[in-house]
Order: sequence, then structure tokens, then C-alpha cells
Amino acid sequence: MGMTMTQKILAHHAKLDSVRVGQLIMADLDMVLGNDITAPVAINEFPKFGQSTVFDKDKVALVPDHFSPNKDIKAAEQCKSLRTFAGKHAITNYFDVGQMGIEHALLPEKGLVCAGDLVIGADSHTCTYGALGAFSTGVGSTDMACGMATGQAWFKVPSAIKLNLSGKFRPYVSGKDLILHIIGMIGVDGALYQSMEFSGEGVASLTIDDRFTVANMAIEAGAKNGIFPVDSVALEYLAEHCPRKPVIYEADADAEYDRVIDIDLSAIKSTIAFPHLPSNTRTIDEVGEIKIDQVVIGSCTNGHISDLREAAAILKGRKVAPWARCLIFPATQKIWKQAMNEGLFDIFVDSGCAVSTPTCGPCLGGHMGVLAEGERAVSTTNRNFVGRMGHVKSEVYLASPAVAAASAIKGYIADPASVQEVQ
Amino acid sequence: MQARGSVFRYGDNIDTDVIIPARYLNTSNHKELAMHCMEDIDQSFVKKVQDGDIIVADKNFGCGSSREHAPIAIKESGISCVIARTYARIFYRNALNIGLPILECEEACDGIKAGDVVSVDFSTGVITNETSGKSFQSEPFPPFMQALIQAGGLAPYIAAKGAKA
Repeated sequence: MGMTMTQKILAHHAKLDSVRVGQLIMADLDMVLGNDITAPVAINEFPKFGQSTVFDKDKVALVPDHFSPNKDIKAAEQCKSLRTFAGKHAITNYFDVGQMGIEHALLPEKGLVCAGDLVIGADSHTCTYGALGAFSTGVGSTDMACGMATGQAWFKVPSAIKLNLSGKFRPYVSGKDLILHIIGMIGVDGALYQSMEFSGEGVASLTIDDRFTVANMAIEAGAKNGIFPVDSVALEYLAEHCPRKPVIYEADADAEYDRVIDIDLSAIKSTIAFPHLPSNTRTIDEVGEIKIDQVVIGSCTNGHISDLREAAAILKGRKVAPWARCLIFPATQKIWKQAMNEGLFDIFVDSGCAVSTPTCGPCLGGHMGVLAEGERAVSTTNRNFVGRMGHVKSEVYLASPAVAAASAIKGYIADPASVQEVQ
Repeated sequence: MQARGSVFRYGDNIDTDVIIPARYLNTSNHKELAMHCMEDIDQSFVKKVQDGDIIVADKNFGCGSSREHAPIAIKESGISCVIARTYARIFYRNALNIGLPILECEEACDGIKAGDVVSVDFSTGVITNETSGKSFQSEPFPPFMQALIQAGGLAPYIAAKGAKA
């Protein structure tokens, strides 16, 4: 029987000719990632595995991005534990403030993930790298510690859902709308324990940033990973960023899927996830009148340069509604500089937006944009659970950068097309 | 290996943000984390929970973040076992890795209410609702997983195996 793309990558890393669904395997890791929330727990666990050094100092990445730049003394202590551990073990890929970016935008940009790789990260959005044809998945701190000590992790081989894409997006529709549409359709556990494998002629029209956004939120459907075929778009990105040679895996023609879902990209509308689940979606024409207090544009999901350009195109020459706040978070230092050089910061600041250094801060209610009781935010981030961005009685509406920018101007959740028409 | 206690009953999609809100993740101290366990969905949990108590929930328990702080907070609060219809996969792995026993059992979830006294035998997988007198069969843990849970998690389990070898 044939294998899916994910199954082939797992088999190769377990040094097996083939694997079957449900099989438990021990696989070699190409990269082990942690951040300032999860790595301190892993660092405490690390000595218990009986190794004095990490398995490979080039294959561990430590990125203090969540409560960094340090939000308080306790957060500072956590970041310090990463810095100390990185120094002690001569970790090559430790990125402190100044080099730091949001981990899932940073690792691909630094060329640390290649097509065909197997990556684990103690962060649930580690599945982002499926955009580049890698198998990557989120794990906890104990698995991270074990990975750092041994270079291996055990996996149960997943079955898969195939998402067969056709057509092209309409204006103002992007990867965020696609993944929210899918989660709305299958639910927050619709792909539990499964791979989401994207395929079809529609893939070619997705930019690499669209793919990062889509793969990033595979976890919000409960998936183990989300993965895209390695085509010219992926290869072009890899050639520019990664010094290693891509290893391309393709699903066999007779690979088995639990479910095949056909999606016409041209039929997708701007989609918003209402509180308090990413699956609670409505299309922009079903939203009604929702007054908002804050807009967040950025994060590992939508802090890429194309996301910022899209927001800037809508904000240009307009003002943020007087009762609203709009916060912009470029995902990495490189994106930050690129946005500045392209003049996007002039547009943002002239519109009344605040531009931040890279951090995960507001996405998880950590710092740099925490919500008060009763406040509502439109956010390009990935979760809208109860209390996610602050007070337990605050609300988060997940949306694309285009919808977020339009909403900032109107002060209500708004269709980007309606803003542009006014001009 | 057994667990026995009274039940806290929750619904579908109990996410890691309500199990332990991110605003408390500036520490990895187990006791501090336990002080805020379930805070955003059940403010009375921490006041009421006693050693040995059991959480019973519905679908997709532990969805969301990979934070191991979530099962750590639950275990440290005194909870001896979680029973749910299904778990989010990262939470499932994390719970067992830190030695928190968690079971999947549809029938038990149908037949257990808040406040019921429930006992669990991990070697047989039998879940007994002592309040109603009904029993339910879940998939028992294989011996290595029982040993791993008894050791307190993956790290002490592997360390103990290494010491023996």
C-alpha cells in the first residue's frame, strides 16, 4: 500500500522502508526547538535523561519570543535560563533579543528547516514548517528534553486527510481565510491525530506566506501536522534561505486517506472565527455589527512581510477609528527592517498604529496588548479561547490581515472591499 | 495502581488556556501553577479539589498549546486521573510523559456526573462509579506505561531503566 508524504518522511527518519498507520516508530530529529515558556521546563528535565551534552549543538534552536523582551522579573529569569543553557552547551541557534523573531517565522528565514526534514518543537505551532515540505509537529517540554538529549523522538504514524485545492483566491482573500474556512468545516478536532496533506492544482497559486499561515493553524483542527508539496514556490524560498539540498517526498498515487476534501479557492470569502473557538467561523457577509477595541496584526501566523504589505495597502491614507487601537508585530527582525525600508512603518504610524519589536506577547495575553474586561479584539493570531488575550470576559475574533486592517479603520469588523470602495 | 476520588465534570474542548492561563506561565514552579489550575473555566476548582479527585470531560480535552504546564498544574493540584472521550494529541503525550494517568472512555463519560465518587484500576482499565454502582471498561495501560506512570514520568522512568542496565 502507498504512503502519504508525511508517512514517507517518518519512514525515512526511522530508517524503515515503509510504515503503516498506527505503527510506533523511533525517528531521528533534524531540529529540536523550544521557547522561553517551554524550554525552561525542558532544561529542568534535561539532566534526568543522563546526558551531559545535547545530541548536536547545531540541531537545537532556542528562541525567547513569548514573554520577551522580558515582561517582568519572572519572565526575565526564564529567558536567563535559556541564555545560560545555550551558553553552557554552545548552542549555535540561540537567538536573543536583537536577533530574535517569532520562532516559526525565524527558523525558516534562518534556513534551519529544509524540505524533507523532521522537526519537533515545544510549541504547538511548530507544524508551520509543513509549508516547506517538512514534517514538523508540536510536543511538550519532556519530549523536547528527550530530543535534546538523544536526537530522537517516538511517533505514532498518523493517517491523513487530503485537502485537494483548485482555483485561485479572490481579492482580499488569503491563506488565513482558507485555514479558518477548513477549521470551520471540520472542527477543532476534525483532524485529531491526523496529517493534513494539501494537494491539487490550486496549491501553485498560494504564496509561501499563505502556506506558512495554513500549515501554522493545522493544530487548530487538532492535526499532528499540515504539509504542502514541494513545488517551484517552495524551492525558490528554500534556495534563497536554506544552504542544504531539499529532499522532496511525494505522496504515492495509491496512498490512503481517511477523507478527501475538495476546496475551490475562488469560492472562499473573508472568514472570521468568533469567540471562543477557531472553528466558530462566519464569512464576512454574516458578521453583523461588531464594535471593536483593539486590532493585532502580526504573530507566527500572520506576521510575514506579505501580511504587513496587505495591511498597509488598506491602511494607507486612512486613520484608525478613534476608539480603537491597532498594534503591528512584524514576526522577525528581517521582516521588521524590510517593512521599514519599504515605507510600511510610515503608513502604519500615520494611520495611528503602534509598531512593536517581534514578540508573541499579545497573542497569548502575555504582554504588549492585553485586553480588559469586556474588550473585543480582531486579531490575525491563531487562537480565540476564553481569556486568550487577557481578561476572561474579553473576546478575540480571528481574521486575515486585510480584514484586521479594514476593521481598525472602521472600528467594527469590516470587509476590506468596503473600505477600498470609499476611496 | 489505583485512583479514587470525587469528580469534577467538564465539557468539550477544554483548552490549555483555561487549564492554565498564559499569564501564569512566567514560572515553571509546579505549586504556583497548581494555584491557578482551571481558573478561567472554574474558579472554585482550586478551593474544592482534594488529593485523589478525578476530572471527567468530553471531547478533545487539552486542545491548544503544547504547554506541559497544563498537565503539571492538574497533577500538582492533586488530581489522580483524567477521563475523557478524546484528548488533543500533544496534551495526551505530555500527560503521560509527566506521569499523569489519563484514560479515554466514552461510556464512563456518559455515566459519570459532577460530584460522583469514582475509582479507577489502571492495571485492568476498569472505571467504577461508586455513587451509581456502574462500572465501565477502558483500554488498560500496557505494563511499560503503568511503570512509567508509577515512576513519575518519562524522565525518571528512563533514568531508572538506565541505572538497572
